[in-house]
Amino acid sequence: MIGLEHYLSLSAVLLTIGMFGIFLNRKNVIIMLMSVELMLLAVNINLVAFSSFLGDLTGQVFAMLVLTVAAAEAAIGLAILVVFFRNRGSIDVEDVDMMKG
Amino acid sequence: MIEAAFFYLYAIILVVSAFMVIVSRNPVHSVLFLILAFFNGAALFVMLGAELLGMLLLIVYVGAVAVLFLFVVMMLDIDFAEMRKGLLKYLPVGGAVGVVVMLELLIVFGSWAAAPDAASHLGAPAPEGLTNTEALGQILYTKYVYFFQLAGLVLLVAMIGAIVLTLHHRENVKRQNIPDQIARTREMAVELKDVEPGQGI
Repeated sequence: MIGLEHYLSLSAVLLTIGMFGIFLNRKNVIIMLMSVELMLLAVNINLVAFSSFLGDLTGQVFAMLVLTVAAAEAAIGLAILVVFFRNRGSIDVEDVDMMKG
Repeated sequence: MIEAAFFYLYAIILVVSAFMVIVSRNPVHSVLFLILAFFNGAALFVMLGAELLGMLLLIVYVGAVAVLFLFVVMMLDIDFAEMRKGLLKYLPVGGAVGVVVMLELLIVFGSWAAAPDAASHLGAPAPEGLTNTEALGQILYTKYVYFFQLAGLVLLVAMIGAIVLTLHHRENVKRQNIPDQIARTREMAVELKDVEPGQGI
């Protein structure tokens, strides 16, 4: 029988993979954004699992807000990325130093 | 038994495709693995009885966010082989932090227990005899209506922000100006010349 702990462990693994991806792909902002999406998916799995096992719908409403924010974050992040690429011709995080004094 | 089999199937595909997202060489493959991960996440949501969120995940993530990623990956002309160079440099520190976080989360989740009176503190108990979509609809537009409006506001701000960031008017491009075209009169456009015979203009 699949219990709550199974889903929690799965989301822990997924969150760790997302975080590892941010460390690993320090040069590629696109993969970093995708890693953030993976972490948000892990959070959503957590919220939905608790909601389902406790019989409380609030968690699912909350997961909907996380989904909204993730979509907004992807749109803004990719827009910033496109503008940055237009200005610098690179998407390396280490090149993001135009504001240094 | 069959529930466990499907859970492990979806969970394993989800974890493997999430791992492939962060290690694949080609970002297009990364996006495609991200789509596979979202499909399996949606299947897990359906297994948990959250059909609406599962379908939302497919529509919002696969239909919009992943395709947006795909557009951007294909639109930007980037030397991705160059990007992979420093990969091994960050492997030890990333792996160490990842292992620590993973262990901490597993310790928390392993010894976790709900409060004995948790069942009496539910914010919105799932009603009997309604589908998940109906039950969510009943609370989303009544109890959580401000929250719903706030989500709409977040999306509006994101939309305006993305347009303001990426819109730029190019100089020296000829554009159609419809008001000017409509406001043109015969006097502005036609000039009568009295041409002498045999001379031309």
